[in-house]
Amino acid sequence: MGSVTDFVIQQLINGISLGSIYALIALGYTMVYGIIQLINFAHGDIMMVGAYTGWFCTTVLKLAFLPSLMIAMVLSATLGMIIERIAYKPLRKASRLAALITAIGMSFFLEYGGILVLTPQTRTFPAVFPQTVYNPIGEITFKYGDIVIILTTVILMSLLQFTVKYTRVGKAMRAVSFDKEAASLMGINVNNTISVTFAIGSSLAAAAGVLIGVYFNTINPLMGIMPGLKAFVAAVLGGIGIIPGAMLGGLAMGLIESFVSGIGFSTWRDAAAFFILIIVLIVKPTGLLGKNIREKV
Amino acid sequence: MSNMKMSKLEIFNRKNVIMLFLLLLVYGIVQLLFQNQILNKFYMMTFILVCIYIILAVSQNLITGFTGQLAIGHAGFMAIGAYMSALVTVKLDGSLIAGLIFGSIVAAFAGILIGIPTLRLKGDYLAIATLGLGEIVRIIFLNTDYLGGATGFQVPKVINWTWAFWLMVISVVVIKNFINSSHGRACIAVRENEIAAEAMGINTTKYKVMAFAIGALFAGLAGAIYANYMYVILPGTFSFLKSFEILVMVVLGGLGSITGCIIGAGLMTLVSAFLANYPEMRMVIIAVLLILLMIYRPNGLLGNKEFKFDFLNPKKKGEENGTA
Repeated sequence: MGSVTDFVIQQLINGISLGSIYALIALGYTMVYGIIQLINFAHGDIMMVGAYTGWFCTTVLKLAFLPSLMIAMVLSATLGMIIERIAYKPLRKASRLAALITAIGMSFFLEYGGILVLTPQTRTFPAVFPQTVYNPIGEITFKYGDIVIILTTVILMSLLQFTVKYTRVGKAMRAVSFDKEAASLMGINVNNTISVTFAIGSSLAAAAGVLIGVYFNTINPLMGIMPGLKAFVAAVLGGIGIIPGAMLGGLAMGLIESFVSGIGFSTWRDAAAFFILIIVLIVKPTGLLGKNIREKV
Repeated sequence: MSNMKMSKLEIFNRKNVIMLFLLLLVYGIVQLLFQNQILNKFYMMTFILVCIYIILAVSQNLITGFTGQLAIGHAGFMAIGAYMSALVTVKLDGSLIAGLIFGSIVAAFAGILIGIPTLRLKGDYLAIATLGLGEIVRIIFLNTDYLGGATGFQVPKVINWTWAFWLMVISVVVIKNFINSSHGRACIAVRENEIAAEAMGINTTKYKVMAFAIGALFAGLAGAIYANYMYVILPGTFSFLKSFEILVMVVLGGLGSITGCIIGAGLMTLVSAFLANYPEMRMVIIAVLLILLMIYRPNGLLGNKEFKFDFLNPKKKGEENGTA
């Protein structure tokens, strides 16, 4: 019996630290979707750029973890804003599919541009943290990295919640996502607000990228594809456009994956995540926290 | 009036005869060039891939462009067609035709099975659900050791230019005629306004599933052609990136335009074939072209217009406009 509880607690720890990373990426997807209804497929690749910036800071500039994280977040925020201005802003009035295809194009551009510039080889992250493994009770273990991931995520999410709820920028973001035209009539600068949303989302993705690099030790230019897709699934699972939904969805995805891997079906873990997504969508078509809006004629 | 109607119903009217002649010409020229060794194997592969991608793009266009359902799971249906046809031709020693038919039909059934629950979803939720289903299909084949698993499934090469070209022509003609039938009109009505279509007595679920099943059928056929041409099929080929590629071809050529997506598929395949020696540069160039094209022509190359041979018989122009 004890081993079953140990197993459950162990997988909970693994799932929460993996889920935190997914949640951080999913927040960017959901915020961008909430404000301009665009699935920003390039988001996972912004995470990759963040991871490479972190790698550059820690190996070449020999910086510590926190400054590297900050630099990666600031650079990716800038990149996110530039991408929005160049590629998505001209398409704000065009069909949503055109914007979606542009996002796919942007994602290809970052991935293969990344391969051209950074070469396809896998880079190894230096050991930023002590590789201590804690073993509090029974067979349960967790690494120093787990604590860092969970702490970073909690701090960033609290900051985000505070920003969105209580600051002027946050109020503007909520107003723009509610009704763009009414917001602009109230004197809100819609373009700047959208830029800020991209900046915040991209910086969270960069944080996730650095955490992935620190935790799994290796990074490559195509590393953004699968985590990006899973984070997007997490955002949809929670209800896309809803910030708490992204957090919930991210954690759910992480837990599903670690439990499925834990019971010995690691090759099926992606399939399990998608399967649960589809079941949730069939039962509740707008995600776990989504509201069902009736379409009026 | 009755005369006009008669001429419209005839199969061998002037337009179709000209079309058939042009098709024979294209087929014959490529066949001749290949037989005389003017074109090497690389070009042959490119031309056959163009045919496969045209089938995929046209069937995706039926679902997304004509019925208005953003489904991104085409690679999954392609995988089903590929593996099921290979199952027949390799494991059961069946003929190529049996393989092609079995692959397409299983894919169509999968389309119906997947379509009935998921087509209740709208917009982006449908997109991610179908994308997820496509990935599930890939993971199932990845974990099926009987069908090669991760190391791939060896399939002898039996498809040649004749098969690929005429199967492509048949697919396009069938989908075009479906769109011009009353069922196809119902699908277009669903795209334009689902609620209005329902109010006019159209069973929207039925037509969405019908379009989805036909799209899946031809995606399966394309997969079957691919499997019996490529020597080996790998589950990794049918990832969601393949679905993106197909969707890109359709949007590039023009949603709701058959000729548009044929041009889109042809163009994309040729560009990537000619830049094949620089794989990374190729993707960067394609990405930049895609972004620029979407910014300056957000409706694709042809929009929802069809490229027509009207200039061949200008007299009929007025009549065409009246009935189009």
